[in-house]
Amino acid sequence: MVEMEKDRPQWGNPLQFVLACISYAVGLGNVWRFPYLCQKYGGGGFLVPYLIMLIVEGMPLLYLELAVGQRMRQGSIGAWNTISPYLRGVGIASVIVSFFLSMYYNVINSWSFWYLFHSFQDPLPWSSCPLNSNLTSHDEECERASSTEYFWYRKTLNISPSIQENGVIQWEQALCLILAWLVVYLCILKGTESTGKVVYITALLPYCVLIIYLIRGLTLHGAANGLAYMFTPKVEQLANPQTWINAATQIFFSLGLGFGSLIAFASYNEQSNNCQKHAIIVSLINSFTSIFASIVTFAIYGFKATFNYESCVNKVILLLTNTFDLEDGFLTSGNLEEMKAHLASTYPKEYSEVFLQIKNCSLESELDTAVQGTGLSFIVYTEAIKNMEVPQLWSVLYFVMLLMLGIGSMLGNTTAILTPLTDSKFISSRLPKEAISGLICVINCVIGLVFTLESGNYWFEIFNNYSATFSLLLIVLVETIAVCYIYGLRRFENDLQVMTGCKLNWYWKIMWAFVSPLLIISLFIFYLMDYILTGNLKYQAWDATQFYGSNITQWQEDWIWSKGPRFKPGLCPLIPT
Amino acid sequence: MLVALFPTLCLVTVIHAQLCRPDAENAFKVRLSLKTALGDKAYAWNRNEEYLFKAMVAFSLRTLSNRETIEISNVLLCNITKRVSFWFVVTDPSKNQTLPASEVQEAIRMNRNRINNAFFLNDQTLEFLEIPTTFGPPTEPSTPTWIITFGAVFFIVAVGIVLLIISGIHKRRRKSKASRETGDVEDKHETMVTIENGIPCDTLDSKEGRINRAFPADDEKFTPL
Repeated sequence: MVEMEKDRPQWGNPLQFVLACISYAVGLGNVWRFPYLCQKYGGGGFLVPYLIMLIVEGMPLLYLELAVGQRMRQGSIGAWNTISPYLRGVGIASVIVSFFLSMYYNVINSWSFWYLFHSFQDPLPWSSCPLNSNLTSHDEECERASSTEYFWYRKTLNISPSIQENGVIQWEQALCLILAWLVVYLCILKGTESTGKVVYITALLPYCVLIIYLIRGLTLHGAANGLAYMFTPKVEQLANPQTWINAATQIFFSLGLGFGSLIAFASYNEQSNNCQKHAIIVSLINSFTSIFASIVTFAIYGFKATFNYESCVNKVILLLTNTFDLEDGFLTSGNLEEMKAHLASTYPKEYSEVFLQIKNCSLESELDTAVQGTGLSFIVYTEAIKNMEVPQLWSVLYFVMLLMLGIGSMLGNTTAILTPLTDSKFISSRLPKEAISGLICVINCVIGLVFTLESGNYWFEIFNNYSATFSLLLIVLVETIAVCYIYGLRRFENDLQVMTGCKLNWYWKIMWAFVSPLLIISLFIFYLMDYILTGNLKYQAWDATQFYGSNITQWQEDWIWSKGPRFKPGLCPLIPT
Repeated sequence: MLVALFPTLCLVTVIHAQLCRPDAENAFKVRLSLKTALGDKAYAWNRNEEYLFKAMVAFSLRTLSNRETIEISNVLLCNITKRVSFWFVVTDPSKNQTLPASEVQEAIRMNRNRINNAFFLNDQTLEFLEIPTTFGPPTEPSTPTWIITFGAVFFIVAVGIVLLIISGIHKRRRKSKASRETGDVEDKHETMVTIENGIPCDTLDSKEGRINRAFPADDEKFTPL
């Protein structure tokens, strides 16, 4: 057996590899998708399907990808080419999907930068509405929405009323995007040499911030409400097939399978590396982080919901006090209900006049406004942060964490694109590594400027929902079938034994050969049917020229914003905002 | 004499009542939220506080150019509730009618801050119901703060990239210089090594053959003489 062995760069130590995988897998989806799913599909009960899917689907597929990468010692194109020259297309598909993802994913990092830079002000710019032009009251759009929504839709995105109206490139966002790409370039410039050092920060810093937020969050007033709401298991959701589908999809996309990043990372390993142990560790840490992040998120939710509820109650008290000229401080939240009844009976006429303005304040409904995705981070969290003490500190911490999560995932994506390119002799003999990475970053940055247009967020949502998800299911399915049936499970098993010295457990064999492909096929069919049944696709627009409350068309809901791609199982009920 | 005084007093009271009543012409409603603003330190609203209020309104009007003769007695309060809320009007000293609302409004708006401060309240807790608050103009620094932070981060990242690229170029130049000195043959060996059975082929190429040290050398087989 004659092999050609090149002088391949390697990770400085196995820890760098593990941290790189963690940094890649633990991304924004753990923070802003999982808590939403958890709340929607049964609270504490959602953990059951989630953990089952982790063991049945997540770990086997992760191990498979890492093993393929470590065995073939090449990027995705080369690896699949080695398995079978007819399967080179799988590798190319992975590279293209990674390219799509990196085009739009870095825009989120540019938003994080934007918010981070704006956090060094007192007061925070999203804490209050700006004044209108003649200084008599607050800006109208802001009054009707909230100050955080206004800052996101108007000041950050400057969003146009519909996707057809493109507007101009927002130079501020473009600058932030360029900066985001420069940062990514700085990290991937020297290949594993630089990436290996950066992942210490991108993998570990988010945990530090999460722990600080956990301590702060648990001591906030009202946090217990949020936690109780989240963890109360609604066991009847376990019978809902949507729960299981969402659990499977979340695990699938959260680990970042199919992009070629894991193959690329593993290809820089030593051959004798125990990738089975690492696969289990990475998938466990990824799931644990999701759960940890949702504890923090729900503590913050609870705080925000309690704050809003108490504000609502105070507004009602003020309204009644003013209408009936009661003594200031007479009405409290304790006696509000009985006093309302008393006033209704004593002054029926005045009470009926003011009745329409009295809102029914409910803590439940405040907690129910669960959001996910960019809405969670840039609207809901900022709303909670502005009410904390020293909001600048919390804001900086939070957006630094988002940045680390986002950049960690970007490193994986760009490595997935770069590794096949640097592996190919044709390109690497003509251009040095730095030039190839630079070229990739420049191309992605230029295309990414589309997302800085006024209609950019709509394009972002389109890419988010449709660019990667379907392809990934197909890619991973073909990967599993290729390794098990085309390359041969026995042959692969022998290779692994020669490589690592451990015998392949029967569990992995059964999962790879039967269970995981069946699971993926069923997911695939489900989503295919859903796409066909959904028909005309709709999107939600922010139109400042109309009463936005009535204008917003029903959202096509339930993203799966895991670590990257968002997906929409459309059978979920449409959620109005 | 006393008999004549009584109807005069009644007349004055009636006139005052006519001038100051809820929704009267040129009347304003005022609302105070003392407990909300001051909590435990809230003072009770009594006639002395009302006197101070009248004094502040009179003071505000005096700051207008043509109303320097306004007295405290020209300010009338009525319909005081437990809320605390009441209505007030300002009468013209020369004529027996109320001052136009626009003048009163202008005067109050110009001195709003001082009125608020006299009572330890603010625009939300001392409300003049028809007089809108004037918001202070927003303070905008000449360069937005975010650009400064952006510039700093941008600079650091750019410097980092340039340093890394330059160090990469240096390393490559040093490597190519070293390999040029050792010759082209070795250069080829650095990039590609043919391996068979785990042993690089080129080590087997030497003409001298290899000594297998597992076997002892010939002259050690025999014990020396």
